[in-house]
Amino acid sequence: MSEHILSSKMYYGIWIALMILTVVTAAVSTIDLGPFNTVVALLIASSKALLVILFFMHVKYTSEKLTKMVIISSIFWLLILLFLSLSDYSTRHLGHA
Amino acid sequence: MSDSPVVVEQHGPELRHHFVTAEQQREASSLGMWLFLATEIMFFGGMFCAYLVYRLNYFNEFAAGSRSLSLKWGTINTIVLICSSLTVALGVRAAQMGKRKLLVILLLLTIVFGFAFLGIKGIEWYDKYKEHHIPGASFNADDLVHDYPQIHIDQAHEQIYFSLYFAMTGLHALHMIIGVGIFVFLTYYSWKGLYTPEYHTPIEIGGLYWHFVDIIWIYLYPLLYLIDRKPLG
Amino acid sequence: MATAAAITAEREHYLNKEYGIRSWLLTTDHKRIALLYLMSITFFFFVGGFFALLIRLELLTPAGDLVQADTYNKLFTMHGMVMVFFFLIPSIPAVLGNFLVPMMIGAKDLAFPRINLLSWYLYIIAGIMMLHCIVTGGADTGWTFYTPFSTAFANTKVIEAGLSIFVAGFSSILTGLNFVVTIHRMRAPGMTWSRLPLFIWAHYATSIIQLLGTPVLAITLVLVVFERLFGLGIFDPTRGGDPLLFQHLFWFYSHPAVYIMILPSMGVVAEIVPCFSRKRIFGYKAVALSSIAIAVFGFLVWAHHMFVAGISLYSAMIFSILSYLVAVPSAIKVFNWTATMYKGSISFSTPMLYAFGFIGLFTMGGLTGLFLAALGIDVHVTDTYFVVAHFHYIMVGGAVMGYLGGMHFWWPKISGRMYPEAWGRLAALIVFLGFNLTFFPQFILGYLGMPRRYWQYPAEFQVLNVMSTAGSTILAVGYVLPMVYFLWSMRYGKIADENPWGAAGLEWKTASPPPTFNFEEIPEVTWEAYNYDEIPEPVEVSLER
Repeated sequence: MSEHILSSKMYYGIWIALMILTVVTAAVSTIDLGPFNTVVALLIASSKALLVILFFMHVKYTSEKLTKMVIISSIFWLLILLFLSLSDYSTRHLGHA
Repeated sequence: MSDSPVVVEQHGPELRHHFVTAEQQREASSLGMWLFLATEIMFFGGMFCAYLVYRLNYFNEFAAGSRSLSLKWGTINTIVLICSSLTVALGVRAAQMGKRKLLVILLLLTIVFGFAFLGIKGIEWYDKYKEHHIPGASFNADDLVHDYPQIHIDQAHEQIYFSLYFAMTGLHALHMIIGVGIFVFLTYYSWKGLYTPEYHTPIEIGGLYWHFVDIIWIYLYPLLYLIDRKPLG
Repeated sequence: MATAAAITAEREHYLNKEYGIRSWLLTTDHKRIALLYLMSITFFFFVGGFFALLIRLELLTPAGDLVQADTYNKLFTMHGMVMVFFFLIPSIPAVLGNFLVPMMIGAKDLAFPRINLLSWYLYIIAGIMMLHCIVTGGADTGWTFYTPFSTAFANTKVIEAGLSIFVAGFSSILTGLNFVVTIHRMRAPGMTWSRLPLFIWAHYATSIIQLLGTPVLAITLVLVVFERLFGLGIFDPTRGGDPLLFQHLFWFYSHPAVYIMILPSMGVVAEIVPCFSRKRIFGYKAVALSSIAIAVFGFLVWAHHMFVAGISLYSAMIFSILSYLVAVPSAIKVFNWTATMYKGSISFSTPMLYAFGFIGLFTMGGLTGLFLAALGIDVHVTDTYFVVAHFHYIMVGGAVMGYLGGMHFWWPKISGRMYPEAWGRLAALIVFLGFNLTFFPQFILGYLGMPRRYWQYPAEFQVLNVMSTAGSTILAVGYVLPMVYFLWSMRYGKIADENPWGAAGLEWKTASPPPTFNFEEIPEVTWEAYNYDEIPEPVEVSLER
């Protein structure tokens, strides 16, 4: 964990950004974007998550490459679970016997 | 057999003796917590996988179920958790600066936000109970079928949405409870003056855990509450 | 505690530093925790073995005449659950890994000694839950818990078995976490990644799998328990649930789990072969990276357990190709071990006999895995004894032999005593013969069509089944022998010095048994791994009682 102390202004700024993104995602969900509703919702959620990880969890300020490796690997592994399962589910029909 | 002189580093009582330096201990603790969070990503990940599979196949039921959740409470809870992450981050900063009183206040605020979240979650679950949306023998989604005549809702499939809703928010709430418990301990030890600018690792890694639980909710919110909020034509 | 005492005083080491049950049950010394695990997993090995014996007894005759069908279902279920989760998964990492990882990297202990003890307690709690489950009737779902049988139809102790494995899973996760942090953060000065023993690389890879895979099993078991307890319908076909979703989630862990079970043994073999060939390992980098490759690729193949379950043909083809790929790093290891032996000075010590056994039997098991990865063949032999033989060749012929080889190799370090070498070699031979007699007939049985998990079979299969059962009794003798002579050796065995094998590795540079903090002084490493060109041969690798 890096020891240089960050300004409280930065934390408040991130907090405001997270609030704004929350309001935006709620509002956008009421607009019809077809299949892109999901994409936008996930993009906003991921942006919020990224802000928390980089700033609140200090990942932007750490010199430890290993921390970033752990985060990226775990996301990658989750994606393996999701996408390889999808290789089955997207090629057969569920629930219609 | 090393020839270099033995360097006795000044360290506090918190240095465990299998570590050579305090920095090594700190780096080990940090890596340990990040690895634990990686396991948590996979733990929740299994349910995200189930969610993905069923949402693709039962979109109508998922949309109807999502609408039946309270957008108001869900959004408020999201804001509550974001505020709690702020207080946690500021708390770590207070610990870094050795400001004991400020640290205690911020930790207490975090706990308050945690309880607020859990309380609201309780209200939501109770609402689901009243609406007969808890999966099992008493499940009844006639209200949803009635509210959305333009789409076909299979009540059996609707149970799957609510099974996932309760499993995911339930597991998340359990993690919140554990987090609140951890922070109670952290608050007590902070008040006792245990943490200094040189040693406040438990605050840091407790904070990492709390932020992680917040991030899970950041995803649960759109996935459960915002599937389809378009105004009904 | 003065160690430079009078000549007659015993040197202080980790075993005699403190006496009394509290000093063991509250220890944070990784070496003592390793021994706590040794006792526990040996116990569960015999519990699982007991179920195996009952299975083989029933299968002596074609009729179902020893136990009822439902009971037979419980026998193979409990055999599988106990062997997989309470013996194989912990075995090498929790015993040899716990003991050796800090020593091999030049550290005083693991990164989190108290969490290490917690791991053991979680294992014990899980074990007690499992024992209670067994004595109150057990589960009959197979160790694979397939839904909807396990969620909606089984009326056995599914919840208790599931929760027990859930707890055991966390023991496994914490061990993996401890190893990864230790290997990253606590290496001695000069111990670079490219100087690490391959045993460490193997345990690092194993730990990655434990960390990333086990949580998925945990959540899956939780969902099964919730479905039984609260009526959630995630896997219930009458509510649109997909039983195959359970299988996807289950096998996402349980396939990598088999690599948790085999990688540590490969690490053991990688230590034994160079030592008893008196040669550096051939292709260090390839062997090290192949461990990582197995850990990664192992996560990409899980649905090969589901080829006939109802997944789409397209995904079956993808998983089939990936399953062929995952064999490559394992093959690389086998080639490198063999190349290490070429023009080496081979001694047929007990550990080396087990290593030979491992290489041959693992290769057979692995090759038959390729048969199963081929979609067409799999349709014919899946859910038959061919599969049973395949995985026992790897788990028993591979993993258990690696474990026994490692126990013999490091026994002098652990106990300060030599086991009786002649008995060691005899037991190894008995194990090898018993193993092959037990499991080779099963390949034939499977190919001929005998299904697995059936308690009765057509009369034409009896001869092969009798052979298999006969083999299992021989195998049992082979397993009991080491227990007897290891215990014997603690009192009467020849006293071992620091390095009786003349082996490379930091663990051999400290006393046998080691002091509590492993080294009198933390070494600084300036040499490469497996520097057998610099290490003198041991005075004798003796064939004596």
